[in-house]
Amino acid sequence: MSKSWNDVIPQPKKSRLRLLIYALLAVVYIWAFAGIPFSGIKETAGQVTKAIFTGLFSPDWDFVYLPGGEDLLRGLLDTLAISILGTVISALICIPFAFWAAANMSRTVFASGSGKTLLSLIRVFPEIVMALLFIKAVGPGSFAGVLALGLHSVGMLGKLFSEEVEQIDTGPTEALIAAGATRLQMVRFAVLPQVLPGFLSYILYRFEINLRSATILGVIGAGGIGTPLIFALSSRNWDRVGIILLGIIVMITVVDFISGSLRKKLV
Amino acid sequence: MKMELDTAPFEQPVQPPLLRPKPPGKLKHYLTAAFLLLLVWGSSLQTDATFKELVEGLPNMLDLLREMFPPRWSYLDNIWQAMLETIRMALIGTTLGAFLAVPVALLCAGNLIKSRWITYPVRFLLNLVRTIPDLLLAAFFVAILGLGPLPGIFALSVFSLGLIAKLTYEALEAIDPGPLEAMTAVGANLAQLIVYGVVPQIRAHFASFTLYTFEINIRAAAVLGLVGAGGIGHYYEVTLGFFEYDKTCMIIIFTLVVVLVIDYLSTKLREKWI
Repeated sequence: MSKSWNDVIPQPKKSRLRLLIYALLAVVYIWAFAGIPFSGIKETAGQVTKAIFTGLFSPDWDFVYLPGGEDLLRGLLDTLAISILGTVISALICIPFAFWAAANMSRTVFASGSGKTLLSLIRVFPEIVMALLFIKAVGPGSFAGVLALGLHSVGMLGKLFSEEVEQIDTGPTEALIAAGATRLQMVRFAVLPQVLPGFLSYILYRFEINLRSATILGVIGAGGIGTPLIFALSSRNWDRVGIILLGIIVMITVVDFISGSLRKKLV
Repeated sequence: MKMELDTAPFEQPVQPPLLRPKPPGKLKHYLTAAFLLLLVWGSSLQTDATFKELVEGLPNMLDLLREMFPPRWSYLDNIWQAMLETIRMALIGTTLGAFLAVPVALLCAGNLIKSRWITYPVRFLLNLVRTIPDLLLAAFFVAILGLGPLPGIFALSVFSLGLIAKLTYEALEAIDPGPLEAMTAVGANLAQLIVYGVVPQIRAHFASFTLYTFEINIRAAAVLGLVGAGGIGHYYEVTLGFFEYDKTCMIIIFTLVVVLVIDYLSTKLREKWI
């Protein structure tokens, strides 16, 4: 009568494949840790950390507004403007791409497949590198940042838009085709009303991402708050670093909150 | 033949009361559109972005593209070591971040920790960490630790911590409460609850989030070198500074290939896991 459940329920077998994967992972980690020089920490690390934290808690409030030029508010405004313009540009560019890449909008698999490939190529191209190239083309400044964000965002927005287009209800489009609508009329009256809320929601989401990207574009000279920040960092002016960081955090939090509540309304 | 009906004395039908609701006013839409236009106009003023500048910059861009192609294939010998370092940084950074994210995610989950005095402050701190972009974190760690891959690893760890902890705690709050209630009923403590009730439900999600973060970190690690935090990013400045665009093009192509391959592998793994 002493039948234990261990006999009744068979233990799952440990597969060899799993062991192999673990071994492989171990090898990869040994390789990774072996290649990193862990000794190169500066002796001043503790001191600098302390200086940074004192700087963060005693921000340089005078930097918020300077009457004669580069100050925090103008830097933040510049960052905001870069991300707004970049998002709007990419939203306009990516609409044709989205219809190109949507599988239910084209007759051949080749057409939508090529669109998808192009979008993923744009997506993996880092925006910072794009900004570096645009700086070479149009000179350093906010405009290079706008172009970089505008082009890079097309990758992600185009993909999300095309997925939205693929999910539409085909009833209205079929009804319009049956009633003799042209392709353009079909898109205007059957597709657009269905996808518009999704599009707007994605645009807002991308705007939140772009705002974060725009804060670092200045590191390489593409405008925005990043430029004074990197100057303050390299000149070890921690009070100023503190106020800039505070400004960035406040701006991103406020914009995230506004954009988040707008998105909740849309969907 | 004329229609009789036309001349027949007709009683004018009484206007039926409007049953349909009035269509919503369009004024809100127009105002929104006007506000957006104003926003775009202001932004373009602020950033000096004009169509003219774009047209003027166009020949420069074409020149740049012409100089980038064909890429200098032989430059691969100089950069593959740096690419391996980039992958190492992403790997270690993601792993450390994933380990650190576990306790943070548990502390954020409202269905495990009942006290709001713990979950809300931890969530607030997590959101604070998530507002700081990765390149900025790297710049900070470079200031603290000096140049090299180590600050890059730290930056990626903190960045991964923020991302993985957020995704995991949202998944934690969505788990099936049945097993947890059953275990509480038979008197399990919090540690047992987590080990036997939560971990089996969340394991696959967690692995998937970690892989996803690894994909993001590979891309991030490829540019961290721009602020001196190790990896292949350093070579962008080297080649662009000397106007060797064909070498830059080689770096870009190499990075794209590596990112695409890792994305492909990671996506396959994630599909298996979930």
